[in-house]
Amino acid sequence: MQKLGMGQAVNQALREEMHRDPGVFIAGEGVGVSIHVNPMLPTHGLLEEFGPGRVKDTPVSEAVIAGLAVGAAEAGLRPVVEIMFNPFFTLASDMIVNHAAKLRYLSGGKSTFPLVVRIKSGAGFGAGCQHSHNLEAWVAHCPGLKVVMPATPTDAKGLLKTAIRDDNPVIFIEHMGSYFAPPMPVPEEEYLIPLGRADIKRKGRDLTVVTWSGMLGAAMGAAETLSREGIDIEIVDLRTLTPLDTETILASVEKTGRLIVMHEATRTGGFAGEIAAVVLEQGFKYLKAPLRRVTGPDIPVPVSPPLERFYIPNADDLIVAVRELLP
Amino acid sequence: MDVSVEKKIQMLGTMIVSRKFSDALRKLCKIKDKIPGMMIVADGQEAVGSGVCAALEPEDAIITNHRSHNHLLAKGADPKALMAEIFGKKTGCNKGKSGTLHLAVPEINAPCTTTVVGATLPIAVGRAFAQQYRKEPQVTVCFFGDGAADEGSFHESLNLAALWQLPLIFVCENNLYAGGQRYEEHTRVTDMADRAGGYGMPGIIVDGNDAPAVYNAALEARQRAVSGNGPTLIECKTYRWGGHSETDPHEYQPRDEIKAWQEKCPIRRLSEALSDQGAVTAAHMAQMMSQAEEVVEEAVRFAEQSPYPAPREALEDVYA
Ligand SMILES: Cc1ncc(C[n+]2csc(CCOP(=O)(O)OP(=O)(O)O)c2C)c(N)n1
Repeated sequence: MQKLGMGQAVNQALREEMHRDPGVFIAGEGVGVSIHVNPMLPTHGLLEEFGPGRVKDTPVSEAVIAGLAVGAAEAGLRPVVEIMFNPFFTLASDMIVNHAAKLRYLSGGKSTFPLVVRIKSGAGFGAGCQHSHNLEAWVAHCPGLKVVMPATPTDAKGLLKTAIRDDNPVIFIEHMGSYFAPPMPVPEEEYLIPLGRADIKRKGRDLTVVTWSGMLGAAMGAAETLSREGIDIEIVDLRTLTPLDTETILASVEKTGRLIVMHEATRTGGFAGEIAAVVLEQGFKYLKAPLRRVTGPDIPVPVSPPLERFYIPNADDLIVAVRELLP
Repeated sequence: MDVSVEKKIQMLGTMIVSRKFSDALRKLCKIKDKIPGMMIVADGQEAVGSGVCAALEPEDAIITNHRSHNHLLAKGADPKALMAEIFGKKTGCNKGKSGTLHLAVPEINAPCTTTVVGATLPIAVGRAFAQQYRKEPQVTVCFFGDGAADEGSFHESLNLAALWQLPLIFVCENNLYAGGQRYEEHTRVTDMADRAGGYGMPGIIVDGNDAPAVYNAALEARQRAVSGNGPTLIECKTYRWGGHSETDPHEYQPRDEIKAWQEKCPIRRLSEALSDQGAVTAAHMAQMMSQAEEVVEEAVRFAEQSPYPAPREALEDVYA
């Protein structure tokens, strides 16, 4: 089987969908001619393959990049636009939050907006808070949007293809750390992964960790360490934040009786709170212990290496939380 | 207007320090784990920061962007504090929170460096508004690239600044590239300065590699601003010698184009003019060079010898 990094898997999904559907085009800053020339990056080589008619380099203009997607999607195209770094989402946010998310509703269900906004996100690059702010909870808070955050190359490929074919606006957030993680086997053939379905990345009986995106690796690492002591962790990779797969979360908590939610984003108002609420509302009776959140602290992501390391939740933080919850 | 020899020497000095600072960074950033983040420098663009800042009073403010080092050094930032910050050290001007891209130096009235393209403009509007509100005889300078002029914030800011006749100088540092895009790949207007007219303010074009010309333009704009006649847009035509950042192979940038612009080096240009004038000798020039080298070496030494902040210091400074 081919081995791909996440950027390459995204790249393959884009290529396949562009070949399949002439209505799919991509646009964004540097999606064609880039300042980063690296085959591990998601839009590498697309301009050469599909030409400037379908691979549109835009000026530095996030509002119109997002607006372009909204208008073109309503007209029947399938735009896949890119916001270079998660914090720049704020410049595109009027078009996404007030328009992509709401215009179908405002049309009484008559219009559809089949668009994908790909956003690169994540800390760990010393780039600081204006490049490394994880904002998934902001978009998950908007009815009308679907929010997808793959953690593996295989999931990224199947989920992105589904997102492009979905008739709703999908925010597709890629953790940049995954671009440069060791490549993983990815099926060569065409496959789709449904949105709204979590994936159990590791089966276990003692405690459930719900996580997504860049934190999956740390969670798997912690589970590995703990397994040597006979502690058996189940890891639920959410993959899609909205629509949320409450069924898989609840079934796992029913089995283990213990829950930790882990994400890189800051704590207050983070998406862990939503998962906690779902479990407290619908699965309170399963819980044998209080639940815990392992998240970034409530600070902007700092630059200095020891400070940035302090920010990013890691396997050790998770292990500490696990030990608190186990008898 | 004729620029005095003292002013010219001052500008030359700043440009040389800026260049040496960048020389050091371009080397240091290639050493693994030495400097966190993306390294963005501005070789060849030194006349913009030094020319503009030479026209300012200490109380005037500057708001700058991701390509900030030249601006901050020209405004009078301490090279040691900048370098230590760039290294992510505790002794840096922002205690390791900002790194190379967001250097904030409020003590010299350079309160904000933002990497969000186009974000310098609205903030500069606010800074200039405060000056007008308090009837201070000062101005705010806003630095931004040609690419930033494509953000909505550019248009909103120019409109409001002109409407309220704010004491503001918009300095568009047109280095012919925005990321991997050449100027004409991101806009149809030949000169960014033309956009000023659309908002009711003067748009001035100046040779951005000619420090005295930049200085004169800024001085005039400053005069206009402090006499209550509102903002000016100055477009400085210059050139980015390197890639967008130090990891950009910048194959999209023709090598002969780079060469041609390197021939127009703002430092060489001013030093030659000064020596033609008989105002500086070769010995004087050599002394300026070695002084600048010493300043930068000292800054690097300071940064290297400084400790990193303790991890938990990350929690400090979020709220007042
Ligand atoms: C809002 C936003 N969008 C995109 C970026 C990524 N980015 C950083 S610099 C840059 C190019 C800016 O070009 P210009 O304004 O001309 O400044 P220059 O880099 O040429 O100095 C881009 C696209 C960003 N930092 N902020």
